[in-house]
This record gives sequence, structure tokens and C-alpha cells, in this order.
Amino acid sequence: MSTSKKGADVVVIGLGAGGGTAVLPLAQAGLDVVALEAGGRFSVRDFHADEIRNDIRNWLGRAKVNDEVPTQRRTAAEESVPAIAPGRMMNGVGGTSIHWTCQSWRLMPWNFKQRSETIRRYGAGALPAGSTLTDWPLAYEELEPYYDKVEFLHGVSGKAGNLRGAIDAAGNVFEGPRAREYPLPPLRRTGFTEFMSDAAKRLGWRPFAGPAAIRSQPYRGLNACEYHGFCTWGGCHVDAKGSTNLTAIPMAEKTRNLKVVEGARAIEITVDRDGRANGVRYMKGRKVHFQAAKAVLVAGYTYENTRLLLLSRSSAFPDGLSNNHGQVGRHYLAHVRAGANGVIPGRRLNRFSGTASQWTAVDDWDSDFFDHSTLGFTGGGTMSATMEAKPIGAARTTPPSIPRWGSAWKAWLKENAISVASAATQINVAPYEDNFLDLDPGVKDPDGFPVVRVTNDLKENERRAALFVQGKCMDWLREAGASEVWPVAPSSLSVQTHAYGGTRMGDDPDADVTDRWCFSHEVPNLGVLGASNFPTSGGRNPTETVMALAWRTADHLVDEWEAITG
Amino acid sequence: MQPYEGGGADSRALSRRDLLKRAGVVGVAAAAPTAAFAPTAAPVRDRERLEALTALEAEALEAIVDRLIPADSNGPGAAEARVARYIDRALAGELASLRASYSEGLAAVDAYARSRFGEPLADLEPAQQDAVVRDLEQNVATGFPGGSRTFFELVREHCLQGMFGDPVHGGNEDFVGWDLLGFPGVKLSFAAAEQQMDVTVVPAHKSTADFPLFKRGRKGGDGEH
Repeated sequence: MSTSKKGADVVVIGLGAGGGTAVLPLAQAGLDVVALEAGGRFSVRDFHADEIRNDIRNWLGRAKVNDEVPTQRRTAAEESVPAIAPGRMMNGVGGTSIHWTCQSWRLMPWNFKQRSETIRRYGAGALPAGSTLTDWPLAYEELEPYYDKVEFLHGVSGKAGNLRGAIDAAGNVFEGPRAREYPLPPLRRTGFTEFMSDAAKRLGWRPFAGPAAIRSQPYRGLNACEYHGFCTWGGCHVDAKGSTNLTAIPMAEKTRNLKVVEGARAIEITVDRDGRANGVRYMKGRKVHFQAAKAVLVAGYTYENTRLLLLSRSSAFPDGLSNNHGQVGRHYLAHVRAGANGVIPGRRLNRFSGTASQWTAVDDWDSDFFDHSTLGFTGGGTMSATMEAKPIGAARTTPPSIPRWGSAWKAWLKENAISVASAATQINVAPYEDNFLDLDPGVKDPDGFPVVRVTNDLKENERRAALFVQGKCMDWLREAGASEVWPVAPSSLSVQTHAYGGTRMGDDPDADVTDRWCFSHEVPNLGVLGASNFPTSGGRNPTETVMALAWRTADHLVDEWEAITG
Repeated sequence: MQPYEGGGADSRALSRRDLLKRAGVVGVAAAAPTAAFAPTAAPVRDRERLEALTALEAEALEAIVDRLIPADSNGPGAAEARVARYIDRALAGELASLRASYSEGLAAVDAYARSRFGEPLADLEPAQQDAVVRDLEQNVATGFPGGSRTFFELVREHCLQGMFGDPVHGGNEDFVGWDLLGFPGVKLSFAAAEQQMDVTVVPAHKSTADFPLFKRGRKGGDGEH
């Protein structure tokens, strides 16, 4: 094993949305930062416009994630099986912030206090049965300055709906107050997104152009979107996305305080005799290396954060690092998806271009923006109607009323594929006692380390919420003029990018792995970055919140350096 | 796209052979039923060298995908799109882990076709082939350890990939899949006017491989096909 000559101040494991954001304030504060990244560096030349390479084979995840896809099962009584779809995260300098869709949201203020607000309005009996639901240990207002930093770092495109309390119906009237307008106007509106916006308005809803971490105009020397239609699961061929490899990482490298080690797969966070983190063992090729550090930030995606902690066993932490309370891997949750498709007869919708971040969003059925008294669930989800249909996906999107192959199927595609509209929702999910992550005793990655096993079932609260919002999706499509509408059944895909928990943040060391700053309750100089900290999912995409939390954690480390590392 | 010149349902079997000839994929899959039990002896003409499948397996696969997406009055089908070539190449590369599933599944398909109609799938009439494929889908075809539907879904998904994926992977020849859907092909930029409803976007008929920007990593080294 080779040991680096010099210990770092901070070692960051993973340079994606979380780690790639945190290195900027750390390096700018003058800390000596080493970042271990399993992948290499990509450029526009690698981002082929190719649905098979990107969406189906996850070419960008070859360095690591494609080889360590978690197994899954619904309950602890079942045997685990390989996940249906690959994980979809990726490896590389910039991580999954390279191939994300870039729907760039702030969570709603209600998401931070779902538990207390549900009890206040509907009574304790309205809490989901069997859930371990808690409020977040911070409020929206505490995160707002960091959302602001992230939006201005990347040049997020959108329209404010709540500017310091002043409501503007051109934006999202439900959002929490923001200090200032978005740095860039929304991405280009299209015939289809306006068509769906008009239908939503006729239903009395308040649609808006969804916010996107894709630049609608050139911004600080960075390019604007060209709308070419191969956005999600591929990097941007003109570097117009909000990817940390274009912003925070090169800015941090410019300070000369950040050293990036590519191709480095972390295998263990080590501790000293006092149980404090003191470095990271990692593999580069077949060789094992060690990087010493005064503080460690683990910034893999949700599954990998739990896995690395559970693999890091020592006499001080025999069941895995920061797991002496048995909470690592618990409170796992994954977004529940539902929606509907419909045919707008005779209309060419021309959705075969652009980005899925060119979209019309509706928040009327999310959070507690409607009365749940008689509905039997808490929460809801944002709804969206987007561009960026792709051909293989389009060929899969046919109604149950027609055959799935043969001439009749083919005739249907020829007549209707260009006319298919979709409306989808992502449902806010609570944690449950029996949904969790652990190490699969029977499945290993090519390096010989066990993969994560996901035990995750769709619970009644989320099933009801999904069916309710799915009904709204169907109403939306019918109002738009769809002749045939068919639902997409609610599913809780266990292995996906929208995965949360495992290192839940909170004030209770008995139930939460990290504290309100995302530092371990048990290991004071170990921080965790990523959606693994989220106590709830929110009914919308997580990445902007991941970035905002990571920035806040890094600031905290800088501010409290002596206390944390002393 | 150009009007398609293929025959209607009545002339389907004949026109299918013509089409196969035109597309340069005539093999025993399109030959007379008398080839039934000596397929390995029959010369495979005009088909590129198979990368993963045996000739016998390729015939069965071609017969399945030809029924999944037949050439008809709505245009070319899986044969013209070279869907089987896409799958063969994938099984030699990214999908190598599924090679055994295909061998077992295709052998089971032929065994089932023989048990029901006395010939391997490729030598049956289209209506008989449809009956076999329907049985696969309905999970009632016998001889599949994991159930015939599992194999049907595997082939169907790869058939969609080969028909509607980028031609760089060996399928979607001449963009026939994209033309069927109205998918305009790869362009590096879309104008505002092209994102309006009801306009006709002129097909670019371009693959990702047609752009020098995306040249890196396309051949060799990265396991891509």
C-alpha cells in the first residue's frame, strides 16, 4: 500500500453534485483539499447524441456504478434480486451533475416540517402508519442563501414566483420566498409546453416554466442551450448544463488548493485510536493507496455513502463507521413515480427535441397546497409536462388498448407517436421502519466488496398520493384534448438517482446519523454530502438541494475548523 | 419519407422475401420450408459475419423480430432495419452477459415451433410464426425455464433498441425506425420554429456517428458498438 507523503486538510470522496460543490468554499478558504473521484474527466466530445449509449447502457457509469448496482427486494422476508434498471448515477469529475436532467428546484418550506405541519393541521393520526417521519433539522429560510449561491454559480434559468414575499403568477406562486430573481430567464418555451400550460390554466391551476440548471443565455463565459434533444443521461455537447466540472471544480482548482485524484475508488474510511476519521484507503487500478486527512467528507451517491460507512469497520466502530447506534442505512426512501400518457389526435407535438428541463410544471397538488382532510394521505408531488421525447422511449409508450407488436402496433406508432403527450409526477415519500439499505451477503462487485441491498416497498400513504396526483395528470391530458389517456402505474423503483436517506440528518443521535450540519454525531470530523442526508424526499428533483446543503456543510467546516478537527 | 412500395397483408409472405433480398439479408430465414432440418447446410448469403450468434440462432431471431415489426403498408420493418444485426453485435459486446439467455431462448423457440407446427420458426408461414410469438408473449409456450414471456420481453426490448436506436449500433438501417416515428434524427441544435406544434421538422437522417464532434471513443477501446 502506498501512502501519500503529505496529509491533506480535507479529503472529499466523490466529485459530483455534492463533493464538486463543497470543494469550492473549502479551497477558497485556503484549506488543502484532496478529492478522490472514481471516474475520469469528460469533455463535450464524450457526450454522444445516442439514446442506447446514454439512456440504456449508461456509458458514463462504466468506471464504477455500473459494476455495483444494488440488489433489491420489497421486504426483509424476500430474497434480493438484481435491480431492474441500472443505477443511472455516473462517475467522473463532476459526477452525476454531468448527466442530470437539470430540473433545478428548491424544496418547498413545507417539506422541511412535514411531520409537525401534518400534526398541526390534521392531527397525529394523519402521520403515515409505520413511518419514521421527522422534520428536517433546518428550515427553508436557513437554506435559502445557499440555494441562491448555487443558482448564481451555474446560471439557473427560471422565473421567480415569490420575491421576498411578493407573489408573481408568472413564476411558481407556491415557492418559498427568494432573495432575488433567477440569474437567467426560463429556457425557451415551446409549442407543447405552452399548450400544456394553457390546459392547466383552464383547469384553474397555476402552471409555470419549471426552473432549469441549464443556461438559457450565455452566462459568465459559459454557453447557452442548443436544445438538441439528448440531454438527460448524457453530458451536454455545448457545456450548457449546471455541472460542477464547469463551475465549482475548476474554480477550486484555480486556487491551487484542490488536488483531484482520478480513477480512485474509495474502499474504507479509517479512524485513529480515539475513533476520529484520519484518512481514506482507495484503489487505483488494483493498487491500494492511503490518503491521510484531518477531516473527511464522504460524497458518493446515496447507496455508496451507506456502503462505504458499513464497509469501514474498526474496533471503535465494529458495525461500520458512525453506526454504533445502528442507523446507517435506515430511513431509506426513493421517489415514487406515476403519471399518464395521452394522444392528442392529429397534432404534431414535436417533443423530439430540446431538454426535459424545457417544461411546464404544476405545484397545485404538491405538499400541503390542498386540503388533505378526506384524502387519507399526506404530501403530494409536482407535475410536469416536458420536451425531450426520445425514439426508443417513444416506441415503448403505447396504450394498453393496442397490441404490443405486429402490424397493428406499428400502424399505431406511425399515426400517433408524434402526438403522444405525457404528464408525470414524483411523489414526496416518507421514511419507514422497514425500508432500509444494508450490504448484500450474496453479491459482490468486481473488487470483491458486497453491493448494497435495498429493502423498499411502496407504502399506502405514497400509493394513495401517487394515485391522486396521477388522476390530476389524466385530467390535465384530457383538458389538453387527449382522445385516449392511459395511466402509468405508481412505482417505487428501488434503485434510482432519486434515492434518499441512509445517513439521515437530524438532532437525535439515537435516530439520525448526521447532525444539522451533516456531520456525523459519532465521528465529529466526518461529514456526509448528498441526498443520503435527506429525511424526506420532497415531491421534486433533489440536486439543487444536494448542492446547497453541501455548500453549507463546507462553510460550516471552514467556520468551525478548530472545533471540528482539533 | 418516401412512400413505401411493399405489398399489403395478402402478399406479405412474398413481399417479405423480396424485401429481404433488397436489403441484402436473404438467408435460410427467407428460404423455402424444405430447408427445415438442414439449416446448417444451407449457405448463408449476403449476411455479414455473425459476431455472437450461430447461423441457426440468427435465423430464429430474424424470424421473431420480423413478426414483431413486419414490413407492411406502413413501411419497412425489423428485417430492413437490421434489428437482428444490432442484437448480434450487442451480444458480442455490451450485452455479452445475455448471450446464454439468447442461446437457450432461441433453441427453445425452435423446439416449441417444431412441437406445434413441425418446423423451426424460420420455416413456418407468417401466420404460424405469429401464433408462436403470441404464445411466447402469453407465457404459454413450453420449454422455457424462466417462462416464455421473460424471453419474449427480452427480445422485444432489444428489438425496439435495434429498430429505433442510433444506427451506429448496427440497427435502424437507413433511419427506417426514426422515419416511422417521425423522429428527426440527430442535430446539434434545434431552432425555435422546430419546437412549435404542427410544423413538419425535416428529417436530418443523421446518426451521432455523422458528427466529427462525437468521434472520440466510437471505435475500439471502450467496448462500444
